Amino acid sequence: MKKKASIKRAKKSATKKKPFKKSTAASSDVWNLRLYVAGQTPKSVMALTNLKKLCEEHLKGKYTLDVIDLLQKPQLAKGDQILAIPTLVRKLPVPIRKIIGDLSNTERVLVGLDLIASP
Amino acid sequence: MARKKIGMVFPGPGLKKAATGIQGLDEITGGGLPQGRPTLICGSAGCGKTLLAMEFLVRGSQQYNEPGVFVAFEENAEELAKNVASLGFDLADLARKKKLLVDYVYIERSEIQETGEYDLEGLFIRLDHAIRSIGAKRVVLDTIESLFSGLPNENILRAELRRLFRWLKDKGVTAIITAESGDGKLTRHGLEEYVADCVIMLDHRVTGQISTRRMRIVKYRGSVHGTNEYPFLIDESGITVMPITSVNLDHPASTERISTGVPRLDIMLGGKGFYRGSSMLVSGTAGTGKTSVALHLAEATCRRGEKCLFLASEESKNQVIRNGRSIGIDLEKWVKKGLLRFHSSRPTFYGLEMHLVSIHKIVNEMSPKVVIFDPISNLTAIGSTAEIQNMLMRLLDFLKSRGTTSLCTSLTHGSGPIEMTEVWISSIMDTWLLLRDNEYGGERTRMMYILKSRGMAHSNQVREFIITDKGIDLVNVYVGAGTVYTGVARVVQELKEHAEAIARAQESERLKKELDRNRRIMEAKIMELRAEFDSKEEGLKNEILLREAKEKVVAADRGIIAKARKAEGLRS
Repeated sequence: MKKKASIKRAKKSATKKKPFKKSTAASSDVWNLRLYVAGQTPKSVMALTNLKKLCEEHLKGKYTLDVIDLLQKPQLAKGDQILAIPTLVRKLPVPIRKIIGDLSNTERVLVGLDLIASP
Repeated sequence: MARKKIGMVFPGPGLKKAATGIQGLDEITGGGLPQGRPTLICGSAGCGKTLLAMEFLVRGSQQYNEPGVFVAFEENAEELAKNVASLGFDLADLARKKKLLVDYVYIERSEIQETGEYDLEGLFIRLDHAIRSIGAKRVVLDTIESLFSGLPNENILRAELRRLFRWLKDKGVTAIITAESGDGKLTRHGLEEYVADCVIMLDHRVTGQISTRRMRIVKYRGSVHGTNEYPFLIDESGITVMPITSVNLDHPASTERISTGVPRLDIMLGGKGFYRGSSMLVSGTAGTGKTSVALHLAEATCRRGEKCLFLASEESKNQVIRNGRSIGIDLEKWVKKGLLRFHSSRPTFYGLEMHLVSIHKIVNEMSPKVVIFDPISNLTAIGSTAEIQNMLMRLLDFLKSRGTTSLCTSLTHGSGPIEMTEVWISSIMDTWLLLRDNEYGGERTRMMYILKSRGMAHSNQVREFIITDKGIDLVNVYVGAGTVYTGVARVVQELKEHAEAIARAQESERLKKELDRNRRIMEAKIMELRAEFDSKEEGLKNEILLREAKEKVVAADRGIIAKARKAEGLRS
C-alpha cells in the first residue's frame, strides 16, 4: 500500500512540474550511474524500478546504468564508500553524487542528481 | 551498579574473556574484555580511545593470534598508521600479513541526498567482507557516532545500530565501539543503550595544572571488576594501566643483608647493612649529605654487579654523576656497563599517579635490585601528604613484592623536631637514617643516627660523619663523661685527653723511679747490715774457738794433776 502510494506521488510530481529549471549538469551528454543493492530486497527492487523510469524520462539515450549487488561483490562497497542500501551513485558527470533510499521521491532524486536545481 | 570489590579481581565463572594484552587492563577487568561481545569505550576528545582500541587489535593479532578489523570513521588508514607508528605499531606490516585490516568508512553529508527508505546493509556487507577476508576475531568501530552527523535519518540509524551490535554478537567477534562523551552523558547519542555488556570510561583530567589520564570500568555484565579510577599512561610502548589496589601485603621477607656502601654505617646496622628488599628512608635538613648516602648505595649495588635505578627528581643525570665524582664515586662507568640507570623528571612534569606508572614501567623493564628515589619530599608540590603517602606505599609495596631494595631521601624543614615532621612516611619505612647538623663553636658538623631499623640490632649512637673526596666516613665517637663532642670541639677534647694521658703517664713513670730508688736504698742497707753482721760473726766465732781451746787445755791440765795425785774419782 505504502509503496504504491509513493509511486503515485512520484508520478504525480514528475508529471505536474514539467518545466523544471534545468541545471548545468543536465546539459551533460554522458551519464554514468551506478546503483548499489544487496540482493532482491523490496527496497532494492523499488529503487531499480524508480530509477529506470526516471532515466527513461530525463536521460534517454545518454546514460549508462550499472546495478551492483553487494552480496555478490562485497569488495566493491569500499570504493564508492557505500553504507546505505540502496545507494545511487552518479559517477559522471563529475562531481560524484550519492542518493540513498528507494528513490521514491522523484523530485529529490532529480535534485540529488543535479538534473534540476534545488528548489 | 554491580558488586564492589577492592583489590584484585578474578574472572567470573562462565564468562569468556579476550585478553587485551594492554599492561594492567587485563588485571582490572579480571582477564580482558568480554569475548564475542561488544565493549563500549567512551570519553572526551583526546583521552586515548582510538589508541586503546588500536592497541587492543594490534596486541590481539600479535600476541593472541586473533586478527582484527579496524573500521575507522574519522581517520583514513594512512593517518591512523602515522598516528600509531609512534607507539611502535606497524600497521602496514600487519596488513601485509593479513593480521589487521583498516577499513576507512567515510560519509559526507553534503554529497548525500536522501530519497525514501534505506538501511545500512552496505556497512554490514563491508564489515562482513572485511571480517571474512582475514578471519578476524576482533573488531573496532571508531567512532561510529560520526554516522549521526553523516546520515540524516536518526530513526533509521538507531534501528540499524541496534541491529549492528546484535549482528556483531552473532558473529562472535569481540568488538570495541568508541564514542565521545558529552553533555554529562557517557556518550553523546546514548550508545550505552545498545552496548550493555561492558562500558569503560576514559578521562583526561587536569588538577592543579597537571593532567592525568584515568580509566574506569563503568559496568561489566557478568564479571566482577575493579571499580576504582585507574590512572594510565600513553607512551612509546602503548598504554599502561596502573591498578592501584592490586598489591597485597604478602611479599617475602629476605634475611639476606646488603651493604649500604659505607662500611661503618653497615656496622651501625647490626654489622651487616640492611635487609635486601627492605625500604630505607634517609631524611635530614638541607646539605646534610642525603644524596651522598644514596650515591654510596648506588655504587655498592653496581659493584656487586646488580642493577640500580636512580630516580632523580631534583638533579639531572649528569649533575648527579658530577657530584658523585666529587666524593670519589665514579658512577659513569656503571652507567656505561648498563648497571645503573637514571630517570630524571621534575615532579611537576606530570601527576603523582603518572610518576608511579612510569616508575612501574621502568622497574618492570630493567628489574633493578635497588631503587633510589632522591628526593621524595618535593613530591609535595603535586599532591597532599595523604596522596603522597598513598603513592609511596604502593610504590614500596610494589618494590618489596619484587624483592627490590629501596632507598628514599627526604628533605626535612629545619624547624620542629625532625622525628615529628615525617611521621606520615616513616611508618612505611623499614629503616630510618636521620642526618642532621649540629652547630657548635662556630661550625656545623654532620651527625648520623639510626632512628629505627626493623628486625635488627642497630646502634643507638649519634655518630659524627664527614664527607671527604673519598666519600662518607664515620668518625670515631668520643666517649666522654656524659657529653658527645663533635667537630673541632671533639678534636680539642681529644687533644686535652691526650695531654692528660701524657701527664698521667709521666706521673706513673716518676713513681716507678722512686720505687726503684727506694728499693735500691733498701738493698744497700741490707748489704751494709750483712757486712756488719759478717764481721761480728767472725769475731765471735774466733772467740768461741779460743775459749774452747782454753777449756781443753784446762781439762788436760786437770787430768795430769789428778793422775799425779792418784785420785780415786777417776775410776768411775
